[in-house]
Amino acid sequence: MVIIGAGECGVRAAFALRENGYGGTIALIGTEPHLPYERPPLSKETMVSDDHPLPRTIASIEQFAEQRIDFIGNSTAASIDRAAKSVVLHDGRKIPYERLLIATGALPRALPLAAGSKHCVTLRSYDDALRIRARFGPAARIAIIGGGFIGLELAASARKRGAVVTVIEAQPRILMRGVPEEIAEVIAARHRHEGVTLRCGTGIASINDTDDSVDITLADGMEIAADLAVIGIGAVPVTDLAEAAGLETTNGIIVNDWLQTSDPDIFAAGDCCAFPLAIYGGRRVRLEAWRNAQEQGSLAARNMLGGQEPHESVPWFWSDQYELGLQVAGLADEATQTIRRDLGDDAFILFHLAADGRLVAASGIGPGNAVAKDIRLAEMLIQRGARPVPAQLQSSHVKLKSLLAA
Amino acid sequence: MSNWVEACTSDDIDEEDVMRFDHDGRTFAIYRSPEDEFFATDGLCTHEHIHLADGLVMDEIIECPKHNGRFNYKTGQAKGAPVCVNLRTYPVKVESGKVLIQLG
Repeated sequence: MVIIGAGECGVRAAFALRENGYGGTIALIGTEPHLPYERPPLSKETMVSDDHPLPRTIASIEQFAEQRIDFIGNSTAASIDRAAKSVVLHDGRKIPYERLLIATGALPRALPLAAGSKHCVTLRSYDDALRIRARFGPAARIAIIGGGFIGLELAASARKRGAVVTVIEAQPRILMRGVPEEIAEVIAARHRHEGVTLRCGTGIASINDTDDSVDITLADGMEIAADLAVIGIGAVPVTDLAEAAGLETTNGIIVNDWLQTSDPDIFAAGDCCAFPLAIYGGRRVRLEAWRNAQEQGSLAARNMLGGQEPHESVPWFWSDQYELGLQVAGLADEATQTIRRDLGDDAFILFHLAADGRLVAASGIGPGNAVAKDIRLAEMLIQRGARPVPAQLQSSHVKLKSLLAA
Repeated sequence: MSNWVEACTSDDIDEEDVMRFDHDGRTFAIYRSPEDEFFATDGLCTHEHIHLADGLVMDEIIECPKHNGRFNYKTGQAKGAPVCVNLRTYPVKVESGKVLIQLG
């Protein structure tokens, strides 16, 4: 078995192959020199830790050895030879496969206006994180382009390090994609309270480097001078290998219910794949989320070994900014009704119901992990296609767990 | 060693739920099972040091509120990725409605 991509998804798949009894060889190919590590801390703990931050590895060298997983780091897969069933590495080495998993993830979307700028950067890897972290000193002027999760988490981290932070978002508000306005407003207020300047609803007209800084001119004429601009305007799936191999792709590598591509011996999972989401009528989605990467890695492994299990999970993601924790389960775009449940301690959850009464999503925000338990229960209700009574969702006297039994 | 410490009263925790208990610079999680028995473990997930008491209890499983790492709170056993290190458990007894845990 061969896995291209040594992020959360690929690593999970490698271990899951063993957990499911596979005894043959496993090659795990990664482009980075480091032992595979977790990416979520890069925008948070890695940015603010007092000591030099080390990558939080997913597994140790000993664990890879114990499970006989051949981790091939610092290596790029150059092509997939489907006829010969082998992966060709950049150094010409050929690795034969019986089944192949593509778990290449997604890369930060480029901002054409920033092309060539020395002071505009993106965050994907641990090395990127170290470079950004080095610039987050007291009074450093940091511009964050894009008011999504990565941008806002970086804004919070930069403030903790004493930087002067401006977030620029072209949409009318932050977190337009996937977070309800009521929750986005809590997060925006928290950032403003910390002294972050939020500039929403204005595009960027130009970006020009000066010697040691960058001048960003907004469409309304406002100018922002920054020592560093971090661009976080979304991610694009890494599909070039799959495309070159003739696999079907459209905003991600197209896979069926079992994460199999148009070649039955090749699977794709995690951020790079577009898959049918069973609980929402099989509509095709692509998720950029840590838990999805893990779950699909495990699932792909089982199906590579001959299983035919569909992906049935509910999408779930989280973000931490300052002391606030946000969690979202499900997809809210079908929703016609929103019910608010207050949990105390300034924590609340919004339940999103479709026209037929099904709970399709729940979004919550509060200090720490205050919303976690109830979001998890909501996720189970969504999974079951439950149609909870709105008044019961609203009342904090009704335990959500009791609705599961209904 | 019979270092029994009072953690809470039995009414403080609902059935099939969990509560945080801090003592002497350490943090623990106290559980009440659906069968009305009490258990105790270390309070932080072995993956990323998140307080387990914010997580969901289902039957004999506690789930970390952040990354869904799962443990059997009766035995401390880690139930698979992302957690692979077991939780330490502590003896618990209930006396006159008080929940006591034995710290080694």
